[in-house]
Order: sequence, then C-alpha cells, then structure tokens
Amino acid sequence: MLQMIDRLGQLRGKVLTMANLVEKALDGSVRVLACQDELEARRVLDYEDAINTLEVETDQLATELLALNQPVAKDLRFITAAIKINSDLERMGDLAVNIARSSIRGDHRPMDIDTTEIPEMARRVQAMVRDAVQSFESSDDERAKRVLVSDDGVDEIKNRMFAQLVHGIEADATVASVNVDLIFVAHSLERIADHATNIAEDVLFFVKGLDVRHHRTSIDGKS
Amino acid sequence: MMNSSEAQPEEPGKNGKTTSSTRLRPGNGLTASNINFFYGQAQALYDVSLSFASGAVTALIGPSGCGKSTFLRSLNRMNETVKGARLEGSITLDGEDILKSDVNKVRRRVGMVFQRSNPFPMSIFANVAYGLDVNGIGRRGKIKEIVEESLVKAALWDEVKDKLHASANSLSGGQQQRLCIARALAVKPDVLLMDEPCSALDPIATAKIEDLIFGLRGECTIIIVTHNLQQAARVSEYTAFLLLGRLVEFSTTLDMFKNPRERETEDYVTGRFG
Repeated sequence: MLQMIDRLGQLRGKVLTMANLVEKALDGSVRVLACQDELEARRVLDYEDAINTLEVETDQLATELLALNQPVAKDLRFITAAIKINSDLERMGDLAVNIARSSIRGDHRPMDIDTTEIPEMARRVQAMVRDAVQSFESSDDERAKRVLVSDDGVDEIKNRMFAQLVHGIEADATVASVNVDLIFVAHSLERIADHATNIAEDVLFFVKGLDVRHHRTSIDGKS
Repeated sequence: MMNSSEAQPEEPGKNGKTTSSTRLRPGNGLTASNINFFYGQAQALYDVSLSFASGAVTALIGPSGCGKSTFLRSLNRMNETVKGARLEGSITLDGEDILKSDVNKVRRRVGMVFQRSNPFPMSIFANVAYGLDVNGIGRRGKIKEIVEESLVKAALWDEVKDKLHASANSLSGGQQQRLCIARALAVKPDVLLMDEPCSALDPIATAKIEDLIFGLRGECTIIIVTHNLQQAARVSEYTAFLLLGRLVEFSTTLDMFKNPRERETEDYVTGRFG
C-alpha cells in the first residue's frame, strides 16, 4: 500500500512538472507573439522536448500503477484523470510551439498584435491554464469550475477575431499572410483553452466523481 | 459486466445506511430488516437492513470481524447453532418470515457454500443427490436428470461425467467446491449464500467459480462474502460494505469501486485501512 501511495505521488509530481513546463511554454509563446524574439521561440521548443519526454514517462508510470495495483475509487479516478491530463498537456505544448512558430515566420513583416484582441485572449487563456493546473495541484473543484465558465469568453473573442481578420483580407489582400498567421495563433490559443477546460473536467472527476463532459452532468453535480 | 438496471428492475437506493437502503416490491426477494445480533453479551451487528435484488449477485465486504459472515449466516439461520447467539429483527423471503418458518424449508430455499469445500464421504453422484433425497424430491430417473443439470450448472459435468460414482474426495479442491455448489443448486434454492468460496482455491479454480457465479445470475439470488475486493468487483452487481457491525454503504458495485459515497468505504476499498 505504501508503495502505491508513493507511486501515486510520483505520478502527481510528473503531471505537475509537465504542467509547469506547459505554463512556461505558453508564457514564452505569448512573449514571442509580442516581440518576435527568436531566442525565446527556441526556448519554447526546448520546453516542448521536455514535455514530450515527460508525457511518455507519465504514461508508463500510470500504466504500471493500473497493471500492478488494480486501483479503485479515488485512486482509479486520479490515475485515469492523470492519463487524460497528460495527453492534454502534451497537446498544449505543441500548440504553444505553433504559436511561437507563427510569430517568427520570416517571410512577412512582423505581426502587430496590439491592434487585435490577441493580447486579451492570451491573458485569459494563461489565466485558464493557471487555474486548471492549480485546481489539479490542490484538488480544488471550485477553481476547476471557474475554468469551465471561462471558456465561452475565449471562444467569443476567437470568433470575433476570425471575422475581423477575414474581413481584413477581403479588404486588403496584402495583409493576407499576416492575418492568416494571426488566425492560426487565435486558433491555437482557443485550442489551449479547450485543453485547459478538459483538465478542469478531469479534476472535477477525480475530486468529486462528476462527469461534466458534454454537459452530461451540471458542474453542481445535477444530472 | 451486465448493466445493473438490466439485471434487476430496481437499483439500490441512494442512501444505503439504513432501512431505506434498497426497496424491492413487497414480498419480492430476500429482505433483512433492523438486524441486531449478539454472541452472548457481545453485539456483532447493529441495526443492519438490506434488501437483496432477486436474481442478482450481491457482495458483502468489510474488514475481518465486521460482521459480514455473521450477517450471511443469519440469512439461513445457521447462527442458531451457535450457543448463546441471539438475533433481533426480521428476515423475509418473498414476504415470508424465515425466522418463523420451518428451518429445513428455509435452508432448502436459502442454500449455502462454505469457505472450505465440505463434500460428504460418498460418491460424486450421491453428494449432489443428497439434498434431493433428504427433501424427498424426484423419482430415480428425475434425480439423475437433476444431478446432471446441477453438475452442468456448476461447470463440473464434463470433468466428472465418466466417474460419477467415484468418491467425492478424489476430486481436486476446486472441483470439490464446485461439487458443493452443484449440491446446493440441486434443490433449486431461491438464494445461494457463499462465504468466501474461493479463499482456499488457486487462480484457475477461482476463475471457474467466478464464471459459475456469473452464469447463475438471473437464476437465483447470490450473496457472497469475500475479502477479495477484486473478486467482489468482478462478480457482483451490488456491494454492501460493513464496518464494526454496521452497514456503512450499499450501492451498485460500479459506484462502490468508482465513486463511493462514504469516506470509510473509500478508505477501505483503496486499502487505506482494514
């Protein structure tokens, strides 16, 4: 039993280390957005390498725990949540890289993101990711619920930006290249918010046993 | 595992702690109400109430000394053989008070399989036919038919069909346990009580008994006491958790092992205590 508790602690530690790297990668990619700094972009790529390595290790540890300990109840919920969060974090790392790459593409003039809602969108997504990670760290279902209600606001910004950027291309074809990159950036940010939402749903599952995916159960536990 | 709602018309109630635990239609199945049990001055069960879903498998789990075997043995009045034992409360089977019924009739309707197989020192055939004989069931031809049917249900027929008149003691431990199950099934019980039926068996023999329990669902109500939590999870549709003589939680087995309501249950099934 003690060995299993110890291994569960290791699993939690790996997920948190990975989450920490994802937060750094996201913060880095947002900085690259603002200043198109290639050095910062390379750092984001380094984070992604470390995240990918941790993803494999986390999967292996979770599989080992399932195979050798036949966990049930909160232990089973925690491990299944960790497996899914692991996958979400790895995708978030990829998306952070996509943002950084879109920001430093050299075949067009630098993006002027201040004229868009991207800074506001990035700020909200960073807050969502931070809340999702902290809800996991402290098994805080109230914080997880906060993440779920934030997602709609990010979606609204993304939809508004898409409309504006497409309209900009229709009005002036010379901005097409930059605007397409901005669309990719907005899309990546929105997907990161979706993954943060998934993490919050998994936290609610392992803390409270609630399955709130696709509105199967309300976040207050009512069917 | 088959969906519990398919196995039983009613699911265990949301609050499994008291008499409101599960409610079947009046007169349907086995119901124990407000059971208090004493060994002399020592109380072993406190106000335990459980209704067992007919045709379903219910597991009783809990640490040693929690009262699960005492409760199980109350259901067919086996505890009456214990000197100084006393039971308060009521137990009904299809509405009939089994505490006031003829004890032989009760034990025919509520069969039991013990931890250690206990074949009689007679042939395989005679072991299975014994209960039929005692209860005056069937003519010779009919008895042969029932013996075969019982051995088939107990997944033992293929292994013994050519040596039905060999001594039951010549069988392996796992085969002996299945023989005891066949013997219990021969009198067509409504309920089969199993007190750690696999604890003395190897994994292969255990798997055969578990398959057999699985296959009996729908045919008779099975109540199994087990210390093996994974076994409870594998074979039962409902699980009751007892602690210190009290019923802590009663729910579908899936809920019990995925998301138990009570902290004590969670601590027990995850191995934090007990």
